[in-house]
Amino acid sequence: MPASLVTALIGLADDHLILGHRLSEWCGHAPMLEEDLAMPNIALDLIGQARALYSYAGELEGAGRDEDALAFGRLERAYRNLLICELPNGDFAHTMLRQFYFASFMQLFWQAAEQSADATLAAIAAKAVKEAEYHRRHCAQWVIRLGDGTDESVRRMAEAVALLAPYTGEFFIADQDTCDVIAGGILPDTQTLQPAWQADVEQVFAEARLVPPKDVYAQKGGRRGVHTEAMGHLLAQLQFMQRSFPDMTW
Amino acid sequence: MYSQGLIGSGEQTTETPEFLAAFQARIDADEKIEPNDPMPEAYRKTLIRQIGQHAHSEIVGMLPEGNWITRAPTLRRKAALLAKVQDEGGHGLYLYSAAETLGVSRKQMTEELISGKAKYSSIFNYPTQTWADIGAIGWLVDGAAIMNQVPLCRCSYGPYARAMIRVCKEESFHQRQGYEIMLKLAEGSAAQKEMAQDALNRWWWPALMMFGPPDGASEHSDQSTRWKIKRFTNDELRQKFVDATVPQAQRLGLTLPDPALAWNEAEGRYDYGEIDWDEFWAVVKGNGPLNKARVAARKKAWEDGAWVREAAIAHANKRAARQSTALAAE
Amino acid sequence: MSEAEEIPLWEVFIRPRNGLAHRHCGSLHAADAEMALQAARDVYTRRGEGLSVWVTPSAQIVASDPQDRGSLFDPAEDKIYRHPSFYEIPDDVGHM
Repeated sequence: MPASLVTALIGLADDHLILGHRLSEWCGHAPMLEEDLAMPNIALDLIGQARALYSYAGELEGAGRDEDALAFGRLERAYRNLLICELPNGDFAHTMLRQFYFASFMQLFWQAAEQSADATLAAIAAKAVKEAEYHRRHCAQWVIRLGDGTDESVRRMAEAVALLAPYTGEFFIADQDTCDVIAGGILPDTQTLQPAWQADVEQVFAEARLVPPKDVYAQKGGRRGVHTEAMGHLLAQLQFMQRSFPDMTW
Repeated sequence: MYSQGLIGSGEQTTETPEFLAAFQARIDADEKIEPNDPMPEAYRKTLIRQIGQHAHSEIVGMLPEGNWITRAPTLRRKAALLAKVQDEGGHGLYLYSAAETLGVSRKQMTEELISGKAKYSSIFNYPTQTWADIGAIGWLVDGAAIMNQVPLCRCSYGPYARAMIRVCKEESFHQRQGYEIMLKLAEGSAAQKEMAQDALNRWWWPALMMFGPPDGASEHSDQSTRWKIKRFTNDELRQKFVDATVPQAQRLGLTLPDPALAWNEAEGRYDYGEIDWDEFWAVVKGNGPLNKARVAARKKAWEDGAWVREAAIAHANKRAARQSTALAAE
Repeated sequence: MSEAEEIPLWEVFIRPRNGLAHRHCGSLHAADAEMALQAARDVYTRRGEGLSVWVTPSAQIVASDPQDRGSLFDPAEDKIYRHPSFYEIPDDVGHM
């Protein structure tokens, strides 16, 4: 069990680090100053969650890897984040829709994880669920405004829906490496979260007057370390210091 | 944050001597001036210009440090840097709000910035090349800014003073964050120490220039001081900064890049070498290494964001229209 | 609908903790009430400054004119009998 739990925790931490990284790219470039504050708030929550998860994974693993060793010290194939997290930001519509999808999913995930048989995870979940709830609220409001705004924003939202559609299925695909963690009641079975997530998305789409995508083929591979081509470039930045100056403290 | 001495021509005013004298009497009595109070046009314009430059400095200041958010060496440093750059955005927001009480809009101020017309602190036109630059900016640039800003908390214009109180309170972590980065580098490997020294060499003189031109050359100081917009001269603040920073550099074991730097026992202060004012004016006039890139980045963010802002307003209008239709139907 | 229309300005009031009144702490731009509320949270409560937020469109605030300050507020200045120190009570009566 500990080995698969470590694997699962690292995957979850990678989701948060990589998406937090993407969101932080907006800092200083947002459409309005208020969003220059809102997006870093979300990114900081995500990075904080990643740190808690990496630290716990490192502790369970017992191999002396701390949060930074895990965050910065692996090769691309060892990162297990969902593909949706690593996609380039695109425009503000794409960023907000992606963030809404993820936050809606994580809110449900953390709600379920509050009941985890593992006390540390339950505590992480109890803190993270409040953060995810706000992320979902903020991003859903933007999805609604852009989906039901001007001709241009409607067009951009529709494009974002089409671009992101293949990447939401991966939220709910069972991960063979970590199924015993789910069976042990330590982490939620994401397949059981799908109906509630679908309902949340449909409700927001209805208010946004957006048409939900249909018959989409789900891309997957992130949980096995099979990434998009964007990932290597992201890691080149993320790991720049650790690669240029190995084994130093900062 | 980062204000520098105000750059730009003096403002003209046309009020009667009686009006100006009455206004000056209020200032002399340490009364605060509030948004709709009668005020000389030159006072209003000077404040709009100064608060605007200050706000633009915060916003442009997000760019050089933002350049390292995705490359910060540890998760702790990444979170601190992201929070710091976010704070700069917040400070810009508070300051634009303060300026808006004087009858100018954020949109107008932004348009002045992206057209290249408005000034901002020239230090942000230098590149951040290494991680040590993030330490040097926090330590020196925020340190210089604090020297500038603490007196502004007592500025005669209420909204500006209140914004500065909030900014100073939030900013207390910025300089410590930078110094801690430098400390870690100075205590680290030879490569890290070299990185720290190199950053100090590149940022020291631009940091001294942040206080603005020497007192003789500053067009605004006299009137601004009489109106208590400004409480100390550029040179006074610069000296305070040098005196505070030299021991901090010594503690780091780093050398300030100024052979003329020496303790002056008689005056109880450090003497320092000649600042290259030609370089300063070149950067102010748009010829710094990154002036064009900085303005272009702000212009791009503003223009790329236009459709988002338009959509937000359009949606609000639609929603209001639907609500009134629903009310009418009841 | 164009960018000629600027996103409206809102005033933000924060209650630092229960037992204290909401206090004006600044302003921001938002297209509607929900976004203003969220922006107020994101801009003005990053360091645990508040437990409750009010936002109101700046245009909706009705303010007294500084020109009227004399007529509005000076008349209260000489009504010293409204203050407890106006009344003389011997010390031996004790605190009152």
